[in-house]
Amino acid sequence: MHDTAHAHAGQHAAPTSFIRKHVFSLDHKVIGKQYYGLALAAVLIGMFLSWLMRLHLGWTNLAIPGLHLLTKNGAPGDVMTPEFYLQLMTMHATIMVFFVLTTAPFAAFGNYFLPIQVGAEDMPFPHFNMMSFWVTFVAFLVLMSSFFVSDGPTLGGWTQYAPLSAVGQVGGPGEGAGVVLWALSIAIFCVGQLLGSLNFITTTLDMRTRGMSLWRLPLSAWGWFITSVMGLTAFAVLMPACILLILDHVAGTSFFVPANTVMNDQMQPHSGGSTLLWQHLFWFFGHPEVYIAIVPGMGIVSHVLVTNMRKPMLSHRVLVYAMGALAVLSYMVYGHHMFVSGMNPVSSLVFSFPTLVITIPSTIVVLIWMGSLYGAKLRINSASLFALGFISMFIAGGVSGFFLAQPSIDIMLHATYFVVGHFHLVMGVAAMFGIFAGTYFWFPKMYGRMMNETLGKIHFWCSFVGAYAIFMPFHYLGLAGNVRRYQAFAPEYMQPLIPLHKFITIAALFTGAAQLVFVYNLFVSRYKGEPASDNPWQATSLEWSTPTTPPPHNNFGDTLPVVYHDPFQYGVESSTGDYVMQTSPEKASAHDES
Amino acid sequence: MSTTTRGEITMPTPTPAPSSLMEKPAFSVPAKKMAMWLFIIADTATFAGCLVAYGFLRNATPNWPRPFHSITNLAVMTFILLTSSLTMLNGVKAARAGNKAGALRWTLITAALGIAFALLHIREWMALIDEGMTLLKNPWGTGLFGASFYSITGLHLTHVTGGVIALIVVGLRYKGGRYNADDLEVLGLYWHFVDLVWMFVVPFVYLLNLAH
Repeated sequence: MHDTAHAHAGQHAAPTSFIRKHVFSLDHKVIGKQYYGLALAAVLIGMFLSWLMRLHLGWTNLAIPGLHLLTKNGAPGDVMTPEFYLQLMTMHATIMVFFVLTTAPFAAFGNYFLPIQVGAEDMPFPHFNMMSFWVTFVAFLVLMSSFFVSDGPTLGGWTQYAPLSAVGQVGGPGEGAGVVLWALSIAIFCVGQLLGSLNFITTTLDMRTRGMSLWRLPLSAWGWFITSVMGLTAFAVLMPACILLILDHVAGTSFFVPANTVMNDQMQPHSGGSTLLWQHLFWFFGHPEVYIAIVPGMGIVSHVLVTNMRKPMLSHRVLVYAMGALAVLSYMVYGHHMFVSGMNPVSSLVFSFPTLVITIPSTIVVLIWMGSLYGAKLRINSASLFALGFISMFIAGGVSGFFLAQPSIDIMLHATYFVVGHFHLVMGVAAMFGIFAGTYFWFPKMYGRMMNETLGKIHFWCSFVGAYAIFMPFHYLGLAGNVRRYQAFAPEYMQPLIPLHKFITIAALFTGAAQLVFVYNLFVSRYKGEPASDNPWQATSLEWSTPTTPPPHNNFGDTLPVVYHDPFQYGVESSTGDYVMQTSPEKASAHDES
Repeated sequence: MSTTTRGEITMPTPTPAPSSLMEKPAFSVPAKKMAMWLFIIADTATFAGCLVAYGFLRNATPNWPRPFHSITNLAVMTFILLTSSLTMLNGVKAARAGNKAGALRWTLITAALGIAFALLHIREWMALIDEGMTLLKNPWGTGLFGASFYSITGLHLTHVTGGVIALIVVGLRYKGGRYNADDLEVLGLYWHFVDLVWMFVVPFVYLLNLAH
């Protein structure tokens, strides 16, 4: 009996009302686009905040016209106060990590393409899926609302280290209501991720069409699947941590505030908690989160590269195993964020080892990409350029990870711009490039129109050069002792670094402006782009064999597709050219393992 | 069958699709059951996070109290919860055999045992509050004891309460034909999980804090 129910688990009739079609839609494709829209709005806000911070860092006490509109007390005479700088930094990071790097590559593209790539009509729990987006949307609103409470958002950094985050108002502007709203927003966000992960995993395991064995899933689907497994447990630990933090605020408990804490010359009424406990709980989530941001990008980039290389990866399976190894190891390395926290030094050694081990699967992934690229006649287009950019950023940011993995070196570098440069390249920019690669690659399928290639290439070169111009000097600044999270560089030894900060600010303004080219391209192409064919890249996976472009409500029309091949049959001779689609019964080449 | 039930919406199936249209589910577990297992994994991480935090605080705090003197109430509560797992099993067994009335009866007995557990638990809370143990302080030692005790048992009690509501709703809807034996089994998984978690709460939160 449940076979029948199961085969139709994701099925629902096409909606007719506007609300059901575009707002509270059950269609995974609409939900994917909603996530993309949310991420786009969030990334523009996050980028704008970073501009404000950069202006202040380059020209301390610069009056930024209109700045006072964003804050009640944070910008007297439009000059940023130190506290307001920290509030902007916290919001920039929280918005980017949660609402951009987690939602866009995973929830947006994954929602849209995972069910199509496995050959399903929809995910098995469309109502959960709809809730997952709207819960995330509410989380975003709650976070943004902290700009409007009395003294603004929290200034504790996206890591919200205790005891500052837990003592309340006495900690500074935003440490009262701001932190509570932050923790509430993140706890709500966790619920959305749980619902999303349930759907992603069950879609991959249970909704595959006939012939789609697990090894026939394309690499992007593997990326989303592996990420959803991480998201399932990582966010489940962050949620109670946030609730305990809220309890410390509203109920007066002392989970994260030790006895005899003096803050702003006032003895705190709390007693008995542990500040390190927060860091353990936070980073147990926080490190998998890094891979939650990057693994979907790895999948997307692999998919884009393989299609444009016109030949399969050196090893599809090893690449999948390596991504899986990253997911497993990501839980064991979180302590490397805590080398300078006062944790037992023996623990540092224990965490250092898996941190060095995790470079092995990362390196294997990169080597497979490089080895596959060797000798390939790569088609150069916006998508493949951003895929190459992803690899470049991942290597450049990853190499500094070797240094930081060792406690003895990390103690010197941890509180400096070196770490800021490291994670912006390897997690921030790399994941963003993955999002861009995916956008240029799948936009034709999502909207039935091509994006403008010239603008795309301009966007790529400006972003590529710009990102390096911004973040490479961070490493130099860090080695020179430039402490991170400072809003101004008053100590004498930092004075000579200020011209470099000015350069970085100019680079950041330029690179940010280049992103507006992308936004322009996105909107103009959406309405005026050249019409796209069903399979403009001569690609093989199932999303390119839908009967219409964009796909119909149930993705494949009346019948589900049947899969005959491994996902990437390129470089073969067939009736269609140099590729065989997964749905084509035509005999493929020798490298078809299945 | 002419209808397929998905979540709360029953809709006609236009063309009953043979299952050969789909690849066999991995691990041969249908989507609903899989989702419940996945939820249980996530919830395990949540409880594990709380219990680890509790252990961390307990070790890091010198004046940790050990105030419990008797395990009678605890034993009765545990016995009730364990029994409710057994009655849940009977309910699923009856549903599998097509015995709708029997399945509903066992499910409601399970819910009643859940309610009994919750009432005993709340009574225990009230007694502790009367003795002066609150979220913030208690007469015996660090205030963290009450905070972690109420947080962890509160989280568990929330799960029991949600489970009782789900048992009643799903039981009645099963009787009414909206849910089937599979759905009852999926809910059973959750109930057994709530039971299993309690078996971790008992030693860590209660027995470790028994007075010498």
